[in-house]
Amino acid sequence: MEYLIGIQGQDFVLVAADNVAASSIIQMKHDYDKMFKLSEKILLLCVGEAGDTVQFAEYIQKNVQLYKMRNGYELSPAAAANFTRKNLADYLRSRTPYHVNLLLAGYDDSDGPGLYYMDYLSSLAKAPFAAHGYGAFLTLSILDRYYRPEMKLNLKKITKTGPK
Amino acid sequence: MALEDICRFKDRHHKWFPFSSLEDTDTSLYMMDYFNLRWRGLRTSEKNSAIPLDFFTPPSANSASFCLPNHSTTVRRPFPLSHGTTTLGFIFQGGVIAAADTRASAGGLVACPAVHKITPIHSHLVVTSSGSGADCMLWERILTREIRLYQLRHRRRLSIRGTAKLLSFMLHPFKGTEVCVALTLCGWDKESGPKLIYVCSDGARLQGDIFSVGSGSPYAYGVLDGGLKWSLSKDEAISLAREAVFRATHRDAYSGNNVDLFHITAQGWSQRKREDLKEEYYRDMEKRSKDRRGKIKRE
Repeated sequence: MEYLIGIQGQDFVLVAADNVAASSIIQMKHDYDKMFKLSEKILLLCVGEAGDTVQFAEYIQKNVQLYKMRNGYELSPAAAANFTRKNLADYLRSRTPYHVNLLLAGYDDSDGPGLYYMDYLSSLAKAPFAAHGYGAFLTLSILDRYYRPEMKLNLKKITKTGPK
Repeated sequence: MALEDICRFKDRHHKWFPFSSLEDTDTSLYMMDYFNLRWRGLRTSEKNSAIPLDFFTPPSANSASFCLPNHSTTVRRPFPLSHGTTTLGFIFQGGVIAAADTRASAGGLVACPAVHKITPIHSHLVVTSSGSGADCMLWERILTREIRLYQLRHRRRLSIRGTAKLLSFMLHPFKGTEVCVALTLCGWDKESGPKLIYVCSDGARLQGDIFSVGSGSPYAYGVLDGGLKWSLSKDEAISLAREAVFRATHRDAYSGNNVDLFHITAQGWSQRKREDLKEEYYRDMEKRSKDRRGKIKRE
């Protein structure tokens, strides 16, 4: 099962996803990227049904980029999150709903960092930490116990290739 | 098919295809509008409704108010469909190898023992198919047509990644219906070298170095994961692919008969002569009995 996690700090949002693309019992890819860059300061993490994830995420990605091209400035993370949720909600009661679970992480120059949790029923919640997948059952309790809003990012431990 | 389209050949037999009565031709030209192919000011939707484009609109997608009173949306199956096959593809230093068995099964019956599951699309791209045989044949043909049209219109060949994306988007309206295709595009791009992309009617589109699809794929993966190295020579890679298909057909009831092998390099694809796996089995038996004799002698 695919796993996503996001943690918001004072001036950062840290997100991570597993790299497995599986088809029933077979792991088809072990280096699959689940993150979609919406803009320089917004990242969308998407898991769920096979084709729906890429289709929906790329649709949102292209629309956010289109907004920037048309208006000259970028969508804020809150606006992008609400736009995503609206699209998910519109498709929910159509003949082709998208079965995707999302985390949207962004940094707004005026509001600061923001982590948005969305699920396939198009619920949206801005949360200090969030996770998707079976792993969420195990990690949410750890986050509940140890999370503090003033946590600092230990950059020494996180290299360009990923957390050690 | 492609020539018909490029010459704007008007197809008069609309009445056979109920979807051509759609008022909103935008939805039936789902693929056309997506890529904005409005060339020479003429909208393709106005020219002619070539059969395959109308076909892109399944009964239930997009048009909520559209209703087909006379067309039955489900046809009863004469026999149960099953997706028995073993196909595989992998990249190594000498290019791309695509291999597949040749059995078409319908439930417990071997419908045909000599099917071509690997089809060339153009000189540098072959596609291995698995899933429903009819769907695969149709979608391969549609893909060949679209790639050829792209080449004629834009005077350059579409990249393998572009081909995969095009195929994925063409299959998307049929997600949730009974269309079942799982294709592996094995090809060589002039700019970026060997490519292996898995496209499935569920919507999955994955690029990778090694893929195996079908009911026999777990067995094939076992052999491939154990023996595959980047530095394999061409003959070693071919024998590994053949071994993988053989082992899968040995264990999987729905795969068997022969093995087809294609090798794709910068110069294009080349096909190996179809080999009967019966021979491979006897060779394997020979080898085992020789090993056993050798062991008994030593003891």
